[in-house]
Amino acid sequence: MSSVIASRYPAEYSKIEATLPGGSQPWLRLLRAEALKQFSGRGFPSLREEEWRYTNVSGIEKNLFEPRLEPSVHQVDKDWLENYRLADCWQIVLVDGYYSAELSNLEGLPENVTVKSMSKLLEADAGQIEAYFGQAVGIDEHNFVAFNTAWFTDGAFIRIPTKTALDKPMQLLHIVTDPNRLATTRNLVIVESIAQAQLVETYVGTDQSYLSASVTEVFVEQNAELTLYKVQCESEKAYHYGGTYVKQSRDSRFSHHNFAFGGMLARSDIHVDLGHASECNLNGLYLGIKRQHLDNHTRINHLEPHGISREVYKGVLDGRARGVFQGRVVVAEDAQKTDSEMNNSNLLLSNDAEADTKPQLEIYADDVKCAHGVTVGQLDEKSVFYLQSRCVDEETARNMLTFAFANEMVFRITHKSLHDLVLAEVLKRFPQQGITQDWL
Amino acid sequence: MLSIENLHVSVGDKPILKGINLQVKPGEIHAIMGPNGSGKSTLSHVLSGKSGYTVTEGKITYESKDLTEMAPEIRAREGVFLAFQYPVEIPGVSNIYLLKAALNSIRKHQGLPEVDAMDFLTLIKEKVRLLEMDEKFLYRAVNEGFSGGEKKRNEILQMAVLEPKLCILDETDSGLDIDALKVVAEGVNSIRSPDRSFVMITHYQRLLDYIKPDFVHVLAHGQIVKSGGPELALELEDKGYSWVEDKKAA
Repeated sequence: MSSVIASRYPAEYSKIEATLPGGSQPWLRLLRAEALKQFSGRGFPSLREEEWRYTNVSGIEKNLFEPRLEPSVHQVDKDWLENYRLADCWQIVLVDGYYSAELSNLEGLPENVTVKSMSKLLEADAGQIEAYFGQAVGIDEHNFVAFNTAWFTDGAFIRIPTKTALDKPMQLLHIVTDPNRLATTRNLVIVESIAQAQLVETYVGTDQSYLSASVTEVFVEQNAELTLYKVQCESEKAYHYGGTYVKQSRDSRFSHHNFAFGGMLARSDIHVDLGHASECNLNGLYLGIKRQHLDNHTRINHLEPHGISREVYKGVLDGRARGVFQGRVVVAEDAQKTDSEMNNSNLLLSNDAEADTKPQLEIYADDVKCAHGVTVGQLDEKSVFYLQSRCVDEETARNMLTFAFANEMVFRITHKSLHDLVLAEVLKRFPQQGITQDWL
Repeated sequence: MLSIENLHVSVGDKPILKGINLQVKPGEIHAIMGPNGSGKSTLSHVLSGKSGYTVTEGKITYESKDLTEMAPEIRAREGVFLAFQYPVEIPGVSNIYLLKAALNSIRKHQGLPEVDAMDFLTLIKEKVRLLEMDEKFLYRAVNEGFSGGEKKRNEILQMAVLEPKLCILDETDSGLDIDALKVVAEGVNSIRSPDRSFVMITHYQRLLDYIKPDFVHVLAHGQIVKSGGPELALELEDKGYSWVEDKKAA
């Protein structure tokens, strides 16, 4: 075996270290040092690691993406940004890895809800962060988490206090504006007991090559409910890593909707730990065109009894695109009466497109109900003929069926402006003539 | 309207239809009966243009045009309608959208403007009532989660809206209970007209109690072995298919 090639990134670290937030906090300094040390040893994950066997991220080493050393919003094209702002939502805008109060909009947010920049809060009241930071994911998870921990420049801290229900969603809008930029944010979301919230993470960038590498830790406490949408529309030349690590307490509910549309290479990790009688729904749609590589990695850990999990991921792959689904459900010995279903289906629209799917069930309890199913295929020819026999020409029939396949996931979005944004992104990627919303 | 002459059809290397002759004039109802494996469904598929079938000999003429030259959607726009034995579920596409798209395709084919939205709704609601269906079905995905009877009714609804000239019913009676069968039959009867023809493919005689055919043909081993009036169906019911099959052998 060839020896591991050391990453070029650690050598750059000394240039930015002094500018990183939280330097006055010993616990964070220590954690960053450990993360840097671990990352320096092996660099970004390699194909030799089981959880990364389908996704080669070595391209990140060919470029040396550079972080912005201080926040700036002068370069942001406001008109372009408007395209991604959702109506009827609060907005937190993160530019090139920095929280921008100027571009954010929190008007009318209930006063007891905390929304802060991570860097500011690390200076003002780091204790609030220390209590949660690294609790949903450790640096030993893999080296993207270690990299994020060592390199993060800022992020958002969101806390919905107990018994508070937000009446509209909060949008966390991550944007990257420069070529060759490295944007590394670290976010914390805490939904306290009996609180309810909806959060939309949107990732966009201008048409250039960059690396966006964010980690979001989420805590859904007892009886709380959170719906989290991720709409990834990065530049077609960009690398994207997004890790969402969730801890669910007793009787909580968590739903995730993962829309992977952009990026030359994009990887999502969604990991959920379920407590007693909690429920989680993971939905995903990845649409790959041209030479895109879209990897979705989910893990559901049933740690305690009576948990329910439902997972549906769909992929549509055209051109030479490659889609990966690795879904793992682990039922611990104590997690009796777990009820879990996982399904992944893929539609290949060209001979050169590829789908790699790997569902895994690990069950250590004996009284559980677990099911999984996977399909990879082309459009059903019987359906194509049926539509033709109803006067629809073959090409339109195929477009209708492709759109209908993807639309099943879009249909699940209840918020109007988010639904319309996602639908527009779907249509942009499959711009067949005549696709209209009338089909719904 | 439809003229089938010496039609031979193969699937792969296997001959299925071996010289079918059939003449259907405007306004006529023809029933084609036959045992399993006789080639009944193959005939309906070939008429509607499903791929996978090769016409090795003979011809099919529809309104003086060669039907086999047309793509399935062109046949449909020209007025050939197949009511499927097993209607397909299309999740994500609503019934009402498909009906409207189909109707507009036909109108475009005929050089007519798109149907007015209000006129369309009025038309469609009238047909829904005719088939004793719930209007909610219109807004559901095509056939998704429909019962067997609902799917067959939906086929007849599409037929009633699209007003084809030649209707091919492929075992429309299969899987229907007696009440659903009556509703479907009434739907068919209500759109009978002097210039609309029907070819009904069926295994059993009972559908013919409700939709009275002008002619009955018995298909066996890929050929029409006997033709007659409605009384032939009753005779068949009485004596079984072995009667005609034996006759052929003899």
